[in-house]
Amino acid sequence: MTFRGTPKGPGAGSMQALYAQLLVGLINGSFYALLSLGLAVIFGMLNIINFAHGALYMMGAFVAYFLLNLGGINYWWALLLAPIIVGIFGMILERTMLKFLTGLDHLYGLLLTFGIALIVQGVFQNYFGSSGLPYAIPDQLKGGMNLGFMFLPIYRGWVVVFSLVVCLATWFLIEKTQLGAYLRAATENPTLVRAFGINVPRMITLTYGLGVGLAALAGVLSAPINQVRPLMGADLIIVVFAVVVIGGMGSIMGSIITGFALGVIEGLTKYFYPEASNTVVFVLMVLVLLVKPTGLTGRAA
Amino acid sequence: MTTLTDDTLPATPRAVRDEMIVFVIMALLLASVPFTGVYPFFVMQALCFALLACAFNLLIGYGGLLSFGHAMFLGTAGYCSAHALKVWALPPELGILVGVVAAFGLSIITGYISIRRQGIYFSMITLALSQLLYFIYLQAPFTHGEDGIQGIPQGRMFGVLDLSKPTILYYVVLVGFLAGFLLIFRIINSPFGEVLKSIRENEQRAISLGYRTDQYKFLAFVLSGTLAGFAGSLKVFVAQNASLTDVHWSMSGEVVLMTLVGGLGTIFGPVVGAFVIIAMQQYLAGFGQWVTVIQGSIFVFCVLAFRRGVIGEIAHYFRRSL
Repeated sequence: MTFRGTPKGPGAGSMQALYAQLLVGLINGSFYALLSLGLAVIFGMLNIINFAHGALYMMGAFVAYFLLNLGGINYWWALLLAPIIVGIFGMILERTMLKFLTGLDHLYGLLLTFGIALIVQGVFQNYFGSSGLPYAIPDQLKGGMNLGFMFLPIYRGWVVVFSLVVCLATWFLIEKTQLGAYLRAATENPTLVRAFGINVPRMITLTYGLGVGLAALAGVLSAPINQVRPLMGADLIIVVFAVVVIGGMGSIMGSIITGFALGVIEGLTKYFYPEASNTVVFVLMVLVLLVKPTGLTGRAA
Repeated sequence: MTTLTDDTLPATPRAVRDEMIVFVIMALLLASVPFTGVYPFFVMQALCFALLACAFNLLIGYGGLLSFGHAMFLGTAGYCSAHALKVWALPPELGILVGVVAAFGLSIITGYISIRRQGIYFSMITLALSQLLYFIYLQAPFTHGEDGIQGIPQGRMFGVLDLSKPTILYYVVLVGFLAGFLLIFRIINSPFGEVLKSIRENEQRAISLGYRTDQYKFLAFVLSGTLAGFAGSLKVFVAQNASLTDVHWSMSGEVVLMTLVGGLGTIFGPVVGAFVIIAMQQYLAGFGQWVTVIQGSIFVFCVLAFRRGVIGEIAHYFRRSL
């Protein structure tokens, strides 16, 4: 739902259009996966649904824009620096505000981060209005290749592959490494993990930074496709919430698969019944809730 | 985990009497507005939002359910009333009825879906459902998309009350607000309301006591949604239009903000909150998007340092429930 552009290939026929929409779906799915993954990681540690996630995704895109236009720093560095800068911003938010919500009802976290989202989006809207700023595709990823059955713009292929790699790396980090084991243990029982001498508050801060960094990374990836707009994350985050409700936040892999799958379904809807492409994720959410209220992979909340 | 509200005082006859006294003072103050020279349009608008916030508060303050999609009831009732008044040329009282019935039907459907999950999932589901409706209304022909339904005739209520006269309209809106408010007040102090509060405090215990908590939550949801719809129908007469802003998620956020500022789970808090936020929007209208920034800052401030809200703090100070 974030963009409707279809790449024009030679002799764009009906199947061409279908493949093109599938690719668009995969790209949106990449963003859903990166964002819902971040939400799940943050929820696991902080018990907060980060409403500011969409605003921080937008910040990622803007930081990339500033780096290029003010500092002359290219896309590749932005891909590394923007998540770090926005991640640090997120960690400051955690240290100065979210930290104080420990022990309160979960809903306060939602309200606080909603407020943060309003502030961030409002500030950017004041300076940049509501229109989009262009961000050029880096030279190395310009052009496309003919795959025989379709024309693939290289940048779009790159977004899908790179997002998938980042998602899997995050999954590996959390499920397979020592650090991830600490993290999962702290999610289950923070007091006990502290007793083992592990600095849990610092881990919480870093986890929030990681989740926010993933959102910012998605923002950088989307900048050349969707343009850079202050409200680019505002509607997206609501779709991602629906994705999270469908997939449940119990499993990292579940978030990744659900994200990509819903993107593809949305892409197919755009081809077969475009009128419903804005709503299909929400309709699916309703269906899942009616059939399996706990979500596809989730535990009861 | 601490609960959302600080309301641990029981609804004793004395507490109810105190609340009734405050209610009468509020009603008298509001009834005297047309004689004070205060801009009645502003107060009418605030009253509609106050009723909406009170309906929302019924769910969060007494049922512990944070709906992030209450704009869908406001907007749906608004659109349906507006359509009934303008296209079907129904009289005002039937126009309101159409809107309220629409909100009632919508709250049955959305309530059935959303109370399947609790806590933040409930909030996310209500938000997603209202976004679904937003897109439907964006495309549906009868809402006129981005333009909205404009120039809605106000008509004569019951054939005698000419709603195009500001003073008459004001008192009609006031009576509607007070009726809705009293109904919510009655619900909160009913046995049903007591069970609802027990679910908010400890759902597992309420279940073990034999209450079918899902049915209570569902009924609370339907009551809240229908009353929110009533607020939306009244608002049509004040604003004389129905547009997409009323269904947008930012509207749902504003309702949450009003209730938070006034005090979650307090009876009079949402009214105070609605007046504060509407007044703020009125005075800061020239500052563009800074209003959003200020609203966000109020959210942050309230959550971090002012969780009881205006009325909650006053009630806490006097050790009364208000």
